[in-house]
Amino acid sequence: MDFLQRLKPYHLDVLKEIGNIGAGHAATALSQLLNKTIEMSVPAVRIVSFQELPEQVGGAETEVAAIFLRIEGEAPGSLFFISKIEDIEKIVRQLTGITSFQLQSPPYHEVGISAFQEIGNILAGSYLSSFSDFTKLSLQPSVPGFSVDMAGAILSYGLIELSQVGDSAIVIDTQIKELDGDEEQMKGHFFLLPDPDSFEVIFSVLGVGENE
Amino acid sequence: MSNVIKVGMAELNTVCPPDTIRTSGLGSCVGLVLYDEVRLVAGMAHVMLPSSSLCRQDRPNPAKYADTAIPALLHCLEVEGARTFSLKAKLAGGAQMFSFSTGNDMMRIGPRNVEAIKEKLNQLRIPIIAEDVGGSSGRTIEFDPQSKKLHIRTVNQGIKEI
Repeated sequence: MDFLQRLKPYHLDVLKEIGNIGAGHAATALSQLLNKTIEMSVPAVRIVSFQELPEQVGGAETEVAAIFLRIEGEAPGSLFFISKIEDIEKIVRQLTGITSFQLQSPPYHEVGISAFQEIGNILAGSYLSSFSDFTKLSLQPSVPGFSVDMAGAILSYGLIELSQVGDSAIVIDTQIKELDGDEEQMKGHFFLLPDPDSFEVIFSVLGVGENE
Repeated sequence: MSNVIKVGMAELNTVCPPDTIRTSGLGSCVGLVLYDEVRLVAGMAHVMLPSSSLCRQDRPNPAKYADTAIPALLHCLEVEGARTFSLKAKLAGGAQMFSFSTGNDMMRIGPRNVEAIKEKLNQLRIPIIAEDVGGSSGRTIEFDPQSKKLHIRTVNQGIKEI
Protein backbone atom coordinates (compact mmCIF):
# COMPACT_ATOMS: atom_id res chain seq x y z
CA MET A 1 0.00 0.00 0.00
CA ASP A 2 1.88 3.02 -1.20
CA PHE A 3 -0.25 5.46 0.76
CA LEU A 4 1.15 3.95 3.95
CA GLN A 5 4.46 5.57 3.12
CA ARG A 6 2.82 8.97 2.88
CA LEU A 7 1.15 8.73 6.29
CA LYS A 8 2.40 11.15 8.91
CA PRO A 9 2.16 10.66 12.66
CA TYR A 10 -0.73 13.14 12.85
CA HIS A 11 -2.71 10.99 10.43
CA LEU A 12 -2.42 8.11 12.86
CA ASP A 13 -3.47 10.44 15.68
CA VAL A 14 -6.63 11.32 13.80
CA LEU A 15 -7.42 7.62 13.42
CA LYS A 16 -6.75 7.10 17.13
CA GLU A 17 -9.23 9.84 17.92
CA ILE A 18 -11.87 8.00 15.91
CA GLY A 19 -11.18 4.87 17.97
CA ASN A 20 -11.28 6.92 21.14
CA ILE A 21 -14.61 8.60 20.47
CA GLY A 22 -16.20 5.49 18.99
CA ALA A 23 -15.24 3.09 21.74
CA GLY A 24 -15.97 5.76 24.36
CA HIS A 25 -19.57 6.00 23.24
CA ALA A 26 -19.83 2.23 22.95
CA ALA A 27 -18.44 1.79 26.47
CA THR A 28 -20.98 4.29 27.84
CA ALA A 29 -23.79 2.42 26.12
CA LEU A 30 -22.64 -0.92 27.47
CA SER A 31 -22.21 0.55 30.91
CA GLN A 32 -25.83 1.77 30.91
CA LEU A 33 -27.04 -1.55 29.59
CA LEU A 34 -25.29 -3.60 32.25
CA ASN A 35 -25.28 -0.97 34.98
CA LYS A 36 -21.58 -1.69 35.51
CA THR A 37 -18.34 0.24 35.28
CA ILE A 38 -16.73 -0.14 31.88
CA GLU A 39 -13.15 0.90 31.31
CA MET A 40 -11.56 1.50 27.98
CA SER A 41 -7.97 1.40 26.85
CA VAL A 42 -6.04 4.09 25.03
CA PRO A 43 -6.71 3.28 21.40
CA ALA A 44 -3.94 1.88 19.31
CA VAL A 45 -3.53 2.32 15.59
CA ARG A 46 -1.38 -0.38 14.11
CA ILE A 47 -0.19 -1.25 10.69
CA VAL A 48 -0.16 -5.03 10.73
CA SER A 49 0.38 -7.77 8.22
CA PHE A 50 -2.49 -10.17 7.60
CA GLN A 51 -0.76 -12.78 9.73
CA GLU A 52 -0.35 -10.43 12.66
CA LEU A 53 -3.95 -9.27 12.88
CA PRO A 54 -5.40 -12.45 14.50
CA GLU A 55 -2.42 -12.43 16.91
CA GLN A 56 -4.00 -9.41 18.63
CA VAL A 57 -6.75 -11.67 19.95
CA GLY A 58 -4.68 -14.78 20.64
CA GLY A 59 -3.87 -16.29 17.24
CA ALA A 60 -5.67 -17.43 14.11
CA GLU A 61 -7.02 -20.59 15.72
CA THR A 62 -8.32 -19.04 18.94
CA GLU A 63 -12.05 -19.44 19.24
CA VAL A 64 -13.76 -16.13 19.74
CA ALA A 65 -17.24 -14.68 19.70
CA ALA A 66 -17.53 -11.86 17.20
CA ILE A 67 -19.94 -9.29 15.91
CA PHE A 68 -19.15 -8.06 12.45
CA LEU A 69 -20.72 -5.34 10.43
CA ARG A 70 -19.94 -3.67 7.17
CA ILE A 71 -19.97 0.09 7.09
CA GLU A 72 -21.52 1.43 3.93
CA GLY A 73 -21.64 5.03 2.79
CA GLU A 74 -18.98 7.64 2.21
CA ALA A 75 -16.19 5.88 4.07
CA PRO A 76 -16.83 2.13 3.84
CA GLY A 77 -15.05 -0.31 6.07
CA SER A 78 -15.47 -3.19 8.48
CA LEU A 79 -16.10 -3.09 12.20
CA PHE A 80 -15.58 -6.04 14.52
CA PHE A 81 -16.29 -6.51 18.18
CA ILE A 82 -14.36 -9.54 19.36
CA SER A 83 -14.43 -11.13 22.76
CA LYS A 84 -13.72 -14.38 24.51
CA ILE A 85 -16.56 -16.88 24.31
CA GLU A 86 -16.86 -17.12 28.11
CA ASP A 87 -17.09 -13.34 28.43
CA ILE A 88 -19.99 -13.08 26.02
CA GLU A 89 -21.71 -15.99 27.76
CA LYS A 90 -21.39 -14.13 31.05
CA ILE A 91 -22.87 -10.90 29.73
CA VAL A 92 -25.76 -12.65 28.02
CA ARG A 93 -26.55 -14.59 31.20
CA GLN A 94 -26.53 -11.36 33.18
CA LEU A 95 -28.81 -9.61 30.73
CA THR A 96 -31.31 -12.35 30.05
CA GLY A 97 -31.22 -14.41 33.21
CA ILE A 98 -30.81 -17.56 31.11
CA THR A 99 -28.23 -19.29 33.29
CA SER A 100 -27.80 -22.21 30.91
CA PHE A 101 -26.78 -20.03 27.97
CA GLN A 102 -23.67 -21.35 26.28
CA LEU A 103 -21.74 -20.74 23.09
CA GLN A 104 -19.52 -23.82 23.26
CA SER A 105 -21.56 -25.92 20.87
CA PRO A 106 -24.75 -25.40 18.88
CA PRO A 107 -27.69 -25.29 19.07
CA TYR A 108 -27.51 -22.02 20.93
CA HIS A 109 -30.36 -20.61 22.95
CA GLU A 110 -32.33 -18.39 20.58
CA VAL A 111 -33.17 -15.67 23.05
CA GLY A 112 -29.56 -15.58 24.18
CA ILE A 113 -28.31 -15.19 20.63
CA SER A 114 -30.82 -12.48 20.02
CA ALA A 115 -29.53 -10.68 23.14
CA PHE A 116 -25.95 -11.11 21.94
CA GLN A 117 -26.85 -9.63 18.57
CA GLU A 118 -28.59 -6.76 20.28
CA ILE A 119 -25.49 -6.05 22.36
CA GLY A 120 -23.53 -6.07 19.14
CA ASN A 121 -26.04 -3.76 17.56
CA ILE A 122 -25.84 -1.30 20.42
CA LEU A 123 -22.04 -1.38 20.67
CA ALA A 124 -21.42 -1.14 16.97
CA GLY A 125 -24.19 1.38 16.45
CA SER A 126 -22.86 3.74 19.10
CA TYR A 127 -19.31 3.36 17.81
CA LEU A 128 -20.41 4.10 14.30
CA SER A 129 -22.75 6.99 15.04
CA SER A 130 -20.04 8.82 16.95
CA PHE A 131 -17.61 8.12 14.10
CA SER A 132 -20.20 9.56 11.74
CA ASP A 133 -20.91 12.61 13.96
CA PHE A 134 -17.22 13.33 14.37
CA THR A 135 -16.46 13.19 10.67
CA LYS A 136 -19.85 14.45 9.40
CA LEU A 137 -19.73 11.58 6.95
CA SER A 138 -22.85 9.68 6.06
CA LEU A 139 -22.29 6.10 7.19
CA GLN A 140 -24.77 3.27 7.39
CA PRO A 141 -24.15 0.04 9.24
CA SER A 142 -25.24 -3.27 7.79
CA VAL A 143 -27.23 -5.59 10.02
CA PRO A 144 -24.59 -7.08 12.33
CA GLY A 145 -23.62 -10.67 11.76
CA PHE A 146 -22.44 -12.82 14.61
CA SER A 147 -20.15 -15.80 14.64
CA VAL A 148 -18.40 -18.04 17.11
CA ASP A 149 -15.36 -19.38 15.34
CA MET A 150 -11.63 -19.12 14.78
CA ALA A 151 -10.29 -15.59 14.96
CA GLY A 152 -8.40 -15.96 11.69
CA ALA A 153 -11.49 -17.06 9.79
CA ILE A 154 -13.55 -14.19 11.17
CA LEU A 155 -11.03 -11.41 10.76
CA SER A 156 -10.18 -12.41 7.20
CA TYR A 157 -13.57 -11.00 6.24
CA GLY A 158 -12.40 -7.54 7.14
CA LEU A 159 -9.32 -7.97 4.98
CA ILE A 160 -11.01 -8.78 1.68
CA GLU A 161 -11.17 -5.18 0.50
CA LEU A 162 -7.74 -4.33 1.85
CA SER A 163 -6.12 -7.38 0.37
CA GLN A 164 -6.69 -6.02 -3.14
CA VAL A 165 -4.29 -3.16 -2.56
CA GLY A 166 -1.68 -4.61 -0.25
CA ASP A 167 -0.57 -7.13 2.31
CA SER A 168 -1.12 -5.10 5.44
CA ALA A 169 -4.00 -3.44 7.22
CA ILE A 170 -4.41 -0.34 9.32
CA VAL A 171 -6.37 -1.40 12.33
CA ILE A 172 -7.84 0.92 14.92
CA ASP A 173 -7.94 -1.19 18.05
CA THR A 174 -9.68 -0.22 21.29
CA GLN A 175 -10.22 -2.51 24.24
CA ILE A 176 -13.04 -2.21 26.70
CA LYS A 177 -13.40 -4.13 29.93
CA GLU A 178 -15.97 -4.43 32.63
CA LEU A 179 -14.80 -3.89 36.17
CA ASP A 180 -16.58 -5.32 39.17
CA GLY A 181 -14.69 -3.92 42.09
CA ASP A 182 -11.10 -4.77 41.26
CA GLU A 183 -12.04 -7.87 39.37
CA GLU A 184 -11.94 -7.91 35.63
CA GLN A 185 -15.17 -9.39 34.30
CA MET A 186 -15.14 -9.12 30.60
CA LYS A 187 -12.90 -7.82 27.87
CA GLY A 188 -13.53 -7.04 24.24
CA HIS A 189 -11.75 -5.55 21.27
CA PHE A 190 -13.12 -3.17 18.71
CA PHE A 191 -11.35 -3.43 15.39
CA LEU A 192 -12.14 -0.79 12.82
CA LEU A 193 -10.70 -1.57 9.39
CA PRO A 194 -11.46 1.20 6.94
CA ASP A 195 -11.39 0.24 3.26
CA PRO A 196 -8.31 1.52 1.42
CA ASP A 197 -10.11 4.38 -0.31
CA SER A 198 -11.75 5.54 2.91
CA PHE A 199 -8.56 6.90 4.44
CA GLU A 200 -8.33 9.81 2.06
CA VAL A 201 -12.00 10.64 2.65
CA ILE A 202 -11.56 10.56 6.43
CA PHE A 203 -8.39 12.63 6.35
CA SER A 204 -9.79 15.24 4.04
CA VAL A 205 -13.03 15.83 6.02
CA LEU A 206 -10.99 16.18 9.18
CA GLY A 207 -8.70 18.72 7.55
CA VAL A 208 -5.56 16.63 7.44
CA GLY A 209 -5.72 15.72 3.77
CA GLU A 210 -2.56 14.40 2.25
CA ASN A 211 -2.00 17.58 0.27
CA GLU A 212 -2.42 19.98 3.15
CA MET B 1 11.65 -35.63 14.10
CA SER B 2 8.93 -34.16 11.92
CA ASN B 3 8.08 -30.50 11.66
CA VAL B 4 4.89 -28.72 10.81
CA ILE B 5 5.37 -26.14 8.09
CA LYS B 6 3.02 -23.21 8.57
CA VAL B 7 1.40 -21.38 5.70
CA GLY B 8 -0.03 -17.96 6.57
CA MET B 9 -2.76 -15.97 4.88
CA ALA B 10 -1.86 -15.31 1.23
CA GLU B 11 1.24 -17.51 1.39
CA LEU B 12 2.31 -20.80 -0.17
CA ASN B 13 4.90 -23.44 0.62
CA THR B 14 5.95 -27.00 -0.12
CA VAL B 15 6.58 -30.04 2.06
CA CYS B 16 8.24 -33.48 1.94
CA PRO B 17 7.75 -36.35 4.44
CA PRO B 18 8.07 -36.71 7.38
CA ASP B 19 7.06 -33.06 7.72
CA THR B 20 3.45 -31.93 7.41
CA ILE B 21 2.05 -28.65 6.18
CA ARG B 22 -0.66 -26.63 7.86
CA THR B 23 -2.70 -23.45 7.61
CA SER B 24 -5.00 -22.09 10.34
CA GLY B 25 -8.19 -20.09 10.41
CA LEU B 26 -9.52 -20.51 6.89
CA GLY B 27 -12.75 -18.59 6.56
CA SER B 28 -13.68 -17.41 3.11
CA CYS B 29 -10.12 -18.24 2.09
CA VAL B 30 -9.40 -21.59 0.48
CA GLY B 31 -6.57 -23.94 1.41
CA LEU B 32 -5.42 -25.76 -1.70
CA VAL B 33 -3.14 -28.80 -1.55
CA LEU B 34 -1.40 -30.19 -4.62
CA TYR B 35 0.59 -33.40 -4.22
CA ASP B 36 2.59 -35.87 -6.27
CA GLU B 37 1.52 -39.33 -5.11
CA VAL B 38 4.66 -41.05 -6.28
CA ARG B 39 7.37 -38.59 -5.41
CA LEU B 40 5.70 -37.70 -2.09
CA VAL B 41 6.01 -33.98 -2.37
CA ALA B 42 3.16 -31.61 -1.66
CA GLY B 43 2.43 -27.92 -1.66
CA MET B 44 -0.19 -25.77 -0.01
CA ALA B 45 -1.54 -22.31 -0.84
CA HIS B 46 -3.81 -20.11 1.30
CA VAL B 47 -5.85 -18.27 -1.35
CA MET B 48 -7.77 -15.12 -0.37
CA LEU B 49 -9.26 -13.78 -3.60
CA PRO B 50 -10.58 -15.37 -6.79
CA SER B 51 -8.81 -13.33 -9.43
CA SER B 52 -5.71 -11.19 -9.80
CA SER B 53 -7.80 -8.82 -11.92
CA LEU B 54 -9.13 -7.51 -8.57
CA CYS B 55 -5.62 -6.42 -7.73
CA ARG B 56 -4.73 -2.77 -7.48
CA GLN B 57 -1.17 -3.36 -6.36
CA ASP B 58 2.00 -2.71 -8.34
CA ARG B 59 3.70 -5.94 -7.41
CA PRO B 60 0.97 -8.44 -6.59
CA ASN B 61 1.58 -11.33 -4.30
CA PRO B 62 0.80 -14.38 -6.51
CA ALA B 63 -0.19 -16.60 -3.56
CA LYS B 64 -3.17 -14.37 -2.79
CA TYR B 65 -5.20 -14.99 -5.96
CA ALA B 66 -6.63 -18.27 -7.20
CA ASP B 67 -5.55 -17.73 -10.81
CA THR B 68 -1.93 -16.90 -9.94
CA ALA B 69 -1.45 -19.07 -6.84
CA ILE B 70 -1.87 -22.34 -8.74
CA PRO B 71 0.85 -21.63 -11.35
CA ALA B 72 3.14 -20.31 -8.60
CA LEU B 73 2.55 -23.43 -6.53
CA LEU B 74 3.18 -25.64 -9.58
CA HIS B 75 6.48 -23.91 -10.14
CA CYS B 76 7.57 -24.46 -6.52
CA LEU B 77 6.53 -28.12 -6.72
CA GLU B 78 8.49 -28.67 -9.93
CA VAL B 79 11.56 -27.26 -8.26
CA GLU B 80 11.02 -29.86 -5.50
CA GLY B 81 10.83 -32.66 -8.09
CA ALA B 82 7.09 -33.10 -8.55
CA ARG B 83 5.75 -33.84 -12.04
CA THR B 84 2.74 -31.85 -13.18
CA PHE B 85 1.02 -34.83 -14.83
CA SER B 86 0.90 -36.84 -11.61
CA LEU B 87 -0.37 -34.05 -9.39
CA LYS B 88 -3.62 -34.41 -7.50
CA ALA B 89 -5.55 -31.74 -5.59
CA LYS B 90 -7.45 -31.51 -2.32
CA LEU B 91 -9.10 -28.36 -1.11
CA ALA B 92 -10.93 -27.00 1.90
CA GLY B 93 -12.36 -23.67 2.98
CA GLY B 94 -14.47 -21.14 1.12
CA ALA B 95 -16.99 -20.78 3.91
CA GLN B 96 -19.49 -17.99 4.27
CA MET B 97 -18.96 -16.91 7.86
CA PHE B 98 -21.58 -14.20 7.88
CA SER B 99 -24.73 -13.93 5.85
CA PHE B 100 -25.81 -10.52 4.74
CA SER B 101 -28.66 -9.47 2.57
CA THR B 102 -26.86 -6.40 1.23
CA GLY B 103 -26.04 -8.20 -1.99
CA ASN B 104 -22.44 -7.07 -1.81
CA ASP B 105 -20.55 -9.45 -4.04
CA MET B 106 -17.54 -9.30 -1.74
CA MET B 107 -19.53 -11.13 0.90
CA ARG B 108 -19.84 -14.13 -1.40
CA ILE B 109 -16.09 -14.34 -1.66
CA GLY B 110 -15.84 -17.90 -0.29
CA PRO B 111 -17.87 -19.64 -3.02
CA ARG B 112 -16.21 -17.44 -5.65
CA ASN B 113 -12.76 -18.52 -4.46
CA VAL B 114 -13.76 -22.17 -4.74
CA GLU B 115 -15.18 -21.70 -8.25
CA ALA B 116 -12.04 -19.91 -9.42
CA ILE B 117 -9.74 -22.61 -8.07
CA LYS B 118 -11.78 -25.41 -9.64
CA GLU B 119 -11.79 -23.65 -12.97
CA LYS B 120 -8.03 -23.21 -12.93
CA LEU B 121 -7.43 -26.82 -11.88
CA ASN B 122 -9.72 -27.97 -14.65
CA GLN B 123 -7.76 -25.94 -17.19
CA LEU B 124 -4.55 -27.56 -16.03
CA ARG B 125 -6.16 -31.04 -15.93
CA ILE B 126 -5.33 -31.57 -12.26
CA PRO B 127 -7.98 -33.88 -10.73
CA ILE B 128 -9.63 -32.94 -7.42
CA ILE B 129 -9.54 -36.04 -5.22
CA ALA B 130 -11.40 -34.63 -2.23
CA GLU B 131 -12.87 -31.38 -1.03
CA ASP B 132 -14.56 -29.89 2.02
CA VAL B 133 -15.83 -26.48 1.01
CA GLY B 134 -18.63 -24.07 1.82
CA GLY B 135 -20.65 -24.06 5.00
CA SER B 136 -20.29 -21.38 7.61
CA SER B 137 -17.43 -22.62 9.77
CA GLY B 138 -13.79 -21.71 9.90
CA ARG B 139 -11.32 -24.51 9.24
CA THR B 140 -7.76 -25.39 10.15
CA ILE B 141 -6.18 -27.89 7.79
CA GLU B 142 -3.06 -30.01 7.87
CA PHE B 143 -1.74 -32.24 5.07
CA ASP B 144 0.53 -35.21 5.49
CA PRO B 145 2.37 -35.94 2.22
CA GLN B 146 3.17 -39.49 3.40
CA SER B 147 -0.42 -40.64 4.02
CA LYS B 148 -1.88 -38.05 1.57
CA LYS B 149 -4.58 -37.32 4.13
CA LEU B 150 -5.90 -33.86 4.77
CA HIS B 151 -6.97 -33.30 8.39
CA ILE B 152 -9.66 -30.69 8.80
CA ARG B 153 -10.60 -29.20 12.13
CA THR B 154 -13.66 -27.03 12.63
CA VAL B 155 -14.85 -25.43 15.84
CA ASN B 156 -18.11 -27.32 16.17
CA GLN B 157 -17.74 -30.41 14.05
CA GLY B 158 -14.47 -31.76 15.39
CA ILE B 159 -11.80 -33.29 13.17
CA LYS B 160 -12.28 -35.08 9.91
CA GLU B 161 -10.00 -36.55 7.32
CA ILE B 162 -10.33 -36.44 3.55
